[in-house]
Amino acid sequence: MINLPEYPKLNRLFRLQWEEVQQAYVLLYPEGMVKLNQSAAEILKRCDGTQTISDIVTSLEAAFSTTDLHDQIVGMLQTAFEKDWIV
Amino acid sequence: MTSAPITPSTSTQPTITPPFWLLAELTYRCPLHCVFCYNPMNYAAIQNELTTAEWVKVMREARQLGAAQLGFSGGEPLMRDDLEELVDEAHRLGFYTNLITSGVGLNEKRIQALKTAGLDHIQLSFQDSTQEMNDFLSSTKTFELKKRVAALIKQYDYPMVMNVVLHRHNLPHIDKIIEMALSLEAEYVELANTQYYGWAMKNREHLIPSHQQLIEAEAIVNQYREKIGKTCKLLFVVPDYFENRPKACMNGWGSVFLGVGPDGAALPCHNAREIPGLDIPNVRDHSMREIWYESKAFNFFRGYEWMQEPCRSCDEKSKDFGGCRCQALMLAGDASKTDPVCSKSPDHGVIEKIIHMAGQTEKKPDPVFPLIFRSDKNSLELTSEK
Repeated sequence: MINLPEYPKLNRLFRLQWEEVQQAYVLLYPEGMVKLNQSAAEILKRCDGTQTISDIVTSLEAAFSTTDLHDQIVGMLQTAFEKDWIV
Repeated sequence: MTSAPITPSTSTQPTITPPFWLLAELTYRCPLHCVFCYNPMNYAAIQNELTTAEWVKVMREARQLGAAQLGFSGGEPLMRDDLEELVDEAHRLGFYTNLITSGVGLNEKRIQALKTAGLDHIQLSFQDSTQEMNDFLSSTKTFELKKRVAALIKQYDYPMVMNVVLHRHNLPHIDKIIEMALSLEAEYVELANTQYYGWAMKNREHLIPSHQQLIEAEAIVNQYREKIGKTCKLLFVVPDYFENRPKACMNGWGSVFLGVGPDGAALPCHNAREIPGLDIPNVRDHSMREIWYESKAFNFFRGYEWMQEPCRSCDEKSKDFGGCRCQALMLAGDASKTDPVCSKSPDHGVIEKIIHMAGQTEKKPDPVFPLIFRSDKNSLELTSEK
């Protein structure tokens, strides 16, 4: 189990934006791009350095009228942290 | 580089994916004279640079097609005094903007303007770790200047990304190159072995390392990786001549890469001008959509129909697309052949001979040509002889 940052924030090397041609959110970084699925995009949008992980869980559960998203979100954040998308 | 996955096509009509990477080679003018430059030998005769308005049109149309990454390169892109204006427009269009520079011409006023314009990323090239070698290999006095530029890049909160081109003269002190990068607080270092195109091809005999040099250098890189961990990422790219399979050049022809030269030539790869029969289209005459989807040049090596054996029936063709077309032309005499880097190529002996010669460090014969620096004079003289 790795220690995630308390207030996850997008690494300044990466930019999250909507790509019309791809019909998807993407992460752009020097000379590269990652296409994101909808849940990854919704999670990363909330990584603005002001919200804790539980704030993000609460916000997403409210937005999608569901519960039990905690494990899925933490799993995605761990991947994102390992890939240096978030700091 | 990652992008939308490339689906191998089984039909005769290859699926055309949108371009991803627009490389704007703004100018061939450059204050440096590097012996390993990939620019065409005849660059000095390529005049008539695109205007600001023409570049804006290129960027706008490429963005509409789906290009998301934009590299400003050259020559030295800072030689264009409209660079800030172009970055500003590119940022407004939603490109991720990369400046690929020697650093010459990057003072505080310009970096501030570029930051304001929305430049995302700067990649700074170094020729070597010592003033003597850096200045000798680029035939200039730029080393101290580059160190000042590196400090400016940090000051303006850009990630410090260094690129060092490697060859037989600097591989033996790769440890010093890494130490220099660490002392400049680099976060990424691309240790890129020379690729033999343009001026580098002309100087290949001088530049190609021995296999032993590469093995030793890579071992040192690995030692540093263990020592420094995440503070600085070291990328070491083994030169394709020393591999058994070719590189997936351009990630497939007309698949992700769209280059535009200073004169508006639309290039499916950096050196496509060298390949006969492509009818390279110009952005002054055609829209980017026509160029990407309909032009002869961009369709020439798309898909697999153009391939010869052994590529045509090879089960690895969707991995490496037969390698590099320019290399097939230069080393096997036909751009449609298998890249001779591949051990399955009937021309692979050419590569083996080159590597064997490079390994003869003790009794290596003197190269036929002296080391040739990239300069307007050399460009005009050497290419008018042809």
